Order: sequence, then structure tokens, then C-alpha cells
Amino acid sequence: MADEAKVLMAHLMRRAGFGAPYSEVETRAAKGYEATVEELLHPETQPELDDDIMMRYKTEWVNKNGLEGQQEEWIFRMINTKRPLEEKMALFWHGIFCTGHAKCEHPRQQSLEIDMFRRTGMGKYEDLLMGLAYDPAMVFYLDNCMSHNGAINENWGRELLELFSMGVGKDGELNYSEEDIKEAARAFTGWTVANAMPRYPYGRYLSTFVYDPKDHDDGQKTFLGETGNLNGEDIIRIIAKQPATARFIARHLYNYFVADEPQVPAWQHTPPRDPAAIKMLEDEYFRSGTDIGAMLRVLFNSNFFKQARFAKVKSPVETVIGTTRLVKDFDFPKPGFNALALNIRYMGQDILNPPTVEGWHTGKEWIDSGTLVERINFTADYLANTNLPGVQDIIARLRAEGPTLTPERLVDGCLELLGGYQLAPETRNELVTLARGEGEIQTGAEKFPQRVAQMLQSIVATTEYIFA
Amino acid sequence: MAANKKDPILVVLQLSGGNDALNTVIPYGNPLYFDNRPNVRIPEDQVLPLNKDVGFHPAMGPLKALYDAGKVAVIQGIGYPKPSRSHFRSMDIWHTCEPDKIGTEGWLGRTLHEIDPQKDNVLTGVNFGRGLPRALSAPGVPVASVGNLESYGVLTGIEIEEQRTKALDTFARTYTPMLGKDQVLSYFAQTGLDALKGADILSTAPAKYASTVKYGDDTVGGYMRNIVQTHLADFGTRILYTTAPYNSFDTHAGELANHTRLWTQTSKAVADFYADLKEHNATDNVVLLVFTEFGRRVHDNGSGTDHGSGGHAFVIGDAVKGGLYGQYPSLEAGKLLEGDLHFNNDFRGLYATLLEKWMKMDSKPIVGGTFEQLDFL
Repeated sequence: MADEAKVLMAHLMRRAGFGAPYSEVETRAAKGYEATVEELLHPETQPELDDDIMMRYKTEWVNKNGLEGQQEEWIFRMINTKRPLEEKMALFWHGIFCTGHAKCEHPRQQSLEIDMFRRTGMGKYEDLLMGLAYDPAMVFYLDNCMSHNGAINENWGRELLELFSMGVGKDGELNYSEEDIKEAARAFTGWTVANAMPRYPYGRYLSTFVYDPKDHDDGQKTFLGETGNLNGEDIIRIIAKQPATARFIARHLYNYFVADEPQVPAWQHTPPRDPAAIKMLEDEYFRSGTDIGAMLRVLFNSNFFKQARFAKVKSPVETVIGTTRLVKDFDFPKPGFNALALNIRYMGQDILNPPTVEGWHTGKEWIDSGTLVERINFTADYLANTNLPGVQDIIARLRAEGPTLTPERLVDGCLELLGGYQLAPETRNELVTLARGEGEIQTGAEKFPQRVAQMLQSIVATTEYIFA
Repeated sequence: MAANKKDPILVVLQLSGGNDALNTVIPYGNPLYFDNRPNVRIPEDQVLPLNKDVGFHPAMGPLKALYDAGKVAVIQGIGYPKPSRSHFRSMDIWHTCEPDKIGTEGWLGRTLHEIDPQKDNVLTGVNFGRGLPRALSAPGVPVASVGNLESYGVLTGIEIEEQRTKALDTFARTYTPMLGKDQVLSYFAQTGLDALKGADILSTAPAKYASTVKYGDDTVGGYMRNIVQTHLADFGTRILYTTAPYNSFDTHAGELANHTRLWTQTSKAVADFYADLKEHNATDNVVLLVFTEFGRRVHDNGSGTDHGSGGHAFVIGDAVKGGLYGQYPSLEAGKLLEGDLHFNNDFRGLYATLLEKWMKMDSKPIVGGTFEQLDFL
């Protein structure tokens, strides 16, 4: 019978990280749930990845002159990090505070932004917003460098309110007006980047943030009811204390870590599916002084989280990274990382290059007739490869259970070792039938690895496996 | 609902990256062309003239032959108001007909829904390439997305035939009971079963096909061949879509060499496509649309061109009245739109023409309004 502590740990690792092979689940379960949550919330206690190895084999991962190298490097990190929650939070913020390779002067600029999300993504939300306002990639992406005293560009001001903090509305009421957007834009005038070095003849240079007081509109402004000579940091201070902000961030955390909610534009008039859970998170937001890590502690230790099994459709990143981690492949900068990046793209998520500033549509919308086949084929191919260490682990563990296995045990054993998956009774019956059809399951037989691979293949192709 | 072999078929070839209109349909009679293209220009004596004003890029010989046969309509100066110069945004606009807000439904997804509302045929629309372009996306509309026709399918990694058959059988049996469950599971189950059914049918296409036409070994050549194979296999497919490799036409640098290569490949692919259909007496009910998300800047940047607006599209087929449509945008500085070529016909008018005059359906709900149509059909 499946050990509930391990099943719960597998659930935690799928959500707070990118999944874990069974051996890692065992180790972490032995450490204990609360202790593991604390470890996840304190990435600084775990070692960093070895940059030297990456630099030796993949100079482009270090130079980051293009999208390919950056995507590969991030994928390497997601697979091999000892700080899974830090990496998962970087991806979380990247999906909300979107910048895109499509509109970025120097690809490496985006990597600096992602690094900022790693360092500060579980700190104070207010600090994170400030970091974003100072970030050259964001200043350029949302045109704040084109916003001037007397001639504002509203793009940053608008998206700051609509997508990065409060959202359009809450409980059927609007959170801000068009005037508020304009005033916010006025307050951020002067928050720009230094003149760019020309690209020719020496290549691209990174941007630097620069505050230009001469271009700043220092007139009186009224933003969300507060009046004064407001500057950008005042706007952020005011935003951070809004109940609407607490609600928006709480819903994003819930949608990303707990269970799929409808798409963000629907949030202004669609209540959360679990209002009590959202309230817990909102309360912690204020109690902790906008501390995201504190909110995550409440979230991971809550019953609503622990019970939300398989309530989320795996994102393409989770599908690909989760699979490579399960099979214990790509733990070294070998060739093939670009193929992984392409697979994630074909499944609908071009990391570092979201389709627009709104990011990706998640949940059910990851799946269409193109992406579903990509997802099934990718996962089945890896799980059926008996040369991979993770698959060999699964085979060895099943073999160790005894000289023979019942068809039921083959199915249930695979489900456990994949991470405590559950199947609808009809699905399980079909897989038991499949196992039974091949005759007695002798774990010592030469064909045994193939039989396990076959079962794994069929499990990962089910509708149930789409969920995490 | 199997299509009558003579139902109108629409094939779409998307040139991703923003094809340089000025170097494709070249205004060689206009001195401003040469002024603005000191480096990235086609010399007058290399142009393949269509008339005394404009001509094709020298690599477009095969397409020129089709033009001379009256099969090619060149839609000049096509675009939309407030042009976007972002690949993603502009391509999205072409896909969804929503220049002012983010749309999620594609015009061809809606078209497929019109053609086959009951989803009687999971192969009414087929895309060739990985992932599904938004143009084909609409709620509940199944569209097969074929990366490689010879090997397309579910669980194609299983090499042993017998094993694969068992796995697919299990797949179908595990998906079917999900159809009655909650909305999300039903949707997943339907999507999976549709993909399985479509793959089964599509897998018979290569074996049915025989041809003397030798396509190029580039991606577009390969996919145009797959399109002909699928059409000739007579599955009732009405919309076939493919895309040139991601951003391939985005010629910011080294344009002269790159653009030449791109159009050598593309013209050959299109000509081979037409020749293949002709060999099988199948040209009369097929029309091909070739489009791109924007044109490029009037002035070159030294080695290539940057994103601009106001490009050209092509419509090719027996049913097409060949010739030049729309107006060639002016290159005069005072007549540009935000510094780029000013469009003079809205792409939604092109879509409306294809939908109403070729596919015989009401275009207004699909393109979101009434737009002036063109005369090439």
C-alpha cells in the first residue's frame, strides 16, 4: 500500500518544484514534511549549481547572447537545482511580470531579471515590485523609457496595475481608474535606461537603469485617493497596501501552486473557487508585511494545499522537466538541451518568450489537439527508455518486491513509483487487463524491463497523468 | 461528413518573420527604391518584370511562370490600422482578426466550425508543423497538427508494431469513459480520441500517393508535399495549413543571401505543389494563400531590413484571376505610415474574399465585420 507520507511528499515536490524521482521522495519524506517546507523556503541553505561545469561545456549558457542558450541554461537549472522552490518561483514571477525575448535589446538582460526573481522572489512583494521598476528589461519592454515629462507613455503604468499588482477588478468592482493609470505613469517619468551603446561593431551591451530627474514630472498627483508629489516608489507603496493587491497575489499563488483557476481576465467578476484559502493567504500578506515566503509557508502547510491532489494541469515546463527528473536524465551539460526547449515550446510554452505581457494561458488551455499529442509522445518515449537511470530504478524496485508480481501490483507499483498517481477505476482496470494479457509477470525474466516500460508508457498516456 | 472532391479547398502557407515586400515585388521603376536600398537592393537587370513598374525577385522564377500563366494574384500593400511591428502581436492579429485586443479564436478555427459544426470529420482541418497556430484554434474544433506525416501519431515512439497496437487500444479504452465526466476531463478525452482517430486516418495517406514531382528537401517543400498527399487521399480535409520555419523571413542582417535562399525554396515549393496537383488533375478546387505578418522598413539598415508594415500577400490557383491587386504603397516620405509603407487594403478584406467567393460562407462573423473585398476570384 502506498505510504501516505511519501504520496504527500511527491505532491509537494511536484508543486513546489518540478517533481522528484522516488528515491528523492523517500529521502525527503524521512526528513519530514514541515522540515522540507522550511528547506524549500530557505534556498540559501542549499548549494548553488556549479557554474564552472556549465561554462566549460556550454559557453553560450554563460554568454547568453541568444534565446537558445538562455532557455537551455534555465532548463539545466530547473532539472538540477538543489533549490527547487527558488527556481519554481522564478518561473512563477516570469509568468506574471512578463518580458519577452521578442522585445529585448540584449537577451542577457532577461537572464538578469530572472536572477532577480530567484534572489528576491520569496522576499517582500513591495521590494520585488521596486526591483521590477528598476529592471532595464522591463523598462524597455513596457516602454517606460519612452514616457516623458509632459508626454507620458501609459504602458508600464497600465500593466503595473492590471497585470502585476491589483488586477482590473475584485468582487465585481473596479480597482482603479484610467486617471490612476495616467497618474502612475506621470509618477514613473524619469525612470529610464541610459543611452544604449550601439550594437556595431562590438556587439550588444547590457542596459543600465538611470533616474533622470529632468524628465520626471514632479507635479502634484492623486493616485488611489492619495495626493502629493508622488514618485514611483510612492506608487508602489500605495499599491502594496491595497486589499486588491493581496487578493490578486493570493489568487496567483493559489492558481500556480494549489489548483487551476479560470484565466486572469475572469478574476474581476469570478470569485475564487476556495474563498477561505484565499483569505488565509491575504491575511498572511498583511500580517507579514507583504512577505511572499510567509504566504508560501501558510500555503504549503495548509490542508487546502495538501488535499489538492491532481488539481492542476501540468504546464509544458512541468511536463518536460518533471519527466527528465523522474528518469534522471540531463544531469550534465550534454547535447540535447535545445531539443528539450523546443519540446516545451511545441507544447505551448516558449520560456523567456511569452506571447504577450499577459503571459501564458494555463490549466485546461495548455491542451489542444496539437499539444496533447506532443505531451503524450514525449513523456511516453522517456518513461519507456529502459536505458535511463530513473527507469532502471523503477524496474529494480519492482523486481525487489519478489519473484513474481500480480498484474494489479505492476500497475499500482508503477503508479506509486511515478509519484503516487491515482487512476479512475475504469482506467486502472484497462491497465490491469493490459498487464494480464502478457502472461505471468516474472521479475527475473529477460522481458521484465520491457513489461515495466510498457506499463509506464500506458500510464503516462492517460488523461489522469495530465494532472499534477 | 466526407467532402465532395470538388468542395473548395483552402491551403495556407504562412511565411514567418515578416517577408521584405520591397525585395519580393520590386518597384524597379521607382528611383526611391534604389535611394532607400543602398545596400539591400536587387539590381534592375536582375528583376523578373511583371510590368514596367514592378517585378519579382530573381529567385522567384517558378512563381513567375505561374504568374505568367495567370494563376497568381499579388495583393499589394496589405495590412491593418495601427500596425504592430512585433512578430507575435502582428501574427496574432492576422490569425485572430483582432487588431485592438487579444483574441483567442482563429479565423480558420471559426471557418472549420462553420464547415463542420458537428465535428463529423476530425480531419476537416489539418496543420503541418509542431504545435497548433492560433489561426486554427477555436473552442471544440479538432485540428490535427502533424509534425511529420510519415510518422505522425500517438505513441509513435513505440517501435514494435504489436506493442503499439496494444498501447493505442488501451489508450482509446482509457479515454472513452472520461467523455461523460466533468468538463475538463471530457475535453481532454475528446481531444485525445480525435487525435487518435485523425492519426489513424492520416497514416494511410503516404501509401496512397504516387508522383513524379521532386520537392526540395527544405521544411516548406516537405510540408507542401504532405499537404498534397493529404488532399489527394480524399479524407474530406478542407483547410490545410503550414508555416515556414519560425521567423525564417526575419532578415535583419545578411538579407540579400538569406532572402534569395528563402524565395528559391518557397517558389519551388509553391510551383511543385501546383505541378503535383496538376499531375493528379486536382488543381481546379484548390486555392493557396501565402501571407506574412508585416513588410519591412523602406530604408535598409546596412545589411538587412528591420520590421515595417504594409506587405504583400499572394493567392494562387486555377480559380484565381492572376494579376496585381491593391496598390503598390508609395515610397515617398510624406506618404508613409509611421515611417513605413502605408497599407491600402485590410487583410480582413482578403480573408473575406476567400471566405465568401471561394469557401462560399458568410465572412462577417469570422473576420469580425465587413471589409472591402478584392476581385481576384
